[in-house]
Amino acid sequence: MSKMMISCDKANHVCDKTQYKEATLWEKIKLNIHLIYCRACRKYSKNNATLTETIKKSDVECLDKKCKEAMKKNFNKALKKASN
Amino acid sequence: MPNHQIDPNKWIDRYSDYLFNFTISRVSDREKAQDLVQDTFLAGLKSMKNFKGEASERTWLISILKRKIIDHYRKINSNKGKAEVRINYKDSESEGDWLEERVADPFDKTAEDTLENSELGDAIHNCLEKLPNKQAEVFKMKTILGYETEVICNELNITASNLWVIIHRARTAMADCLKENWF
Repeated sequence: MSKMMISCDKANHVCDKTQYKEATLWEKIKLNIHLIYCRACRKYSKNNATLTETIKKSDVECLDKKCKEAMKKNFNKALKKASN
Repeated sequence: MPNHQIDPNKWIDRYSDYLFNFTISRVSDREKAQDLVQDTFLAGLKSMKNFKGEASERTWLISILKRKIIDHYRKINSNKGKAEVRINYKDSESEGDWLEERVADPFDKTAEDTLENSELGDAIHNCLEKLPNKQAEVFKMKTILGYETEVICNELNITASNLWVIIHRARTAMADCLKENWF
């Protein structure tokens, strides 16, 4: 039985991994057993899943690093020119 | 005495993601959106002396960006010669139909959904801005850009367990923030 029991920290970690589909089946089973008796982690799991869903449906976008770097390079040139 | 200070050195780090998200929900071409954001920063730099500090830097930049977006659409329209809308009905039978056709189609919810989603996108970016830089960066890379854990670790020079601690903190803060501002 002790193999099945995990701490809250571990449970939250597995829950985080689940949001990115990176938890293994065995980890998910252990998480679900933990959730049966732990109210705090149930709440965290619920909020966490809602967050994932919200982000997914929002189609929110951001720039990738390369693009931002290129933008900075360009902008800094103009900035130098402006301050001269 | 102006209430808000202007500091172009920090613009890209602070506002580029927010401006980009704002643009892409209105101009759905990624490359074009990037150009518009870049143009906005350059235009902002040129007209810095007009910044009176009444609004925040971000609001000020958004007002420039909005004009850039309108210009963009104007350009497309004049290129295509489609600036005017034409309605022709030839037969008398369909003559009275135009009014119905102009009323928003209740089954076509896309426009409304997009509007709502762009606001949700704004809310998400607002919450991201409240996070510490590192948390925001890791969260964006992992959750919005969808990078692999390994790629992020290499790029930012952190360990996997380090990444998961950061992700956990960011997710907790994001869930709380969105709960307050959105749900």
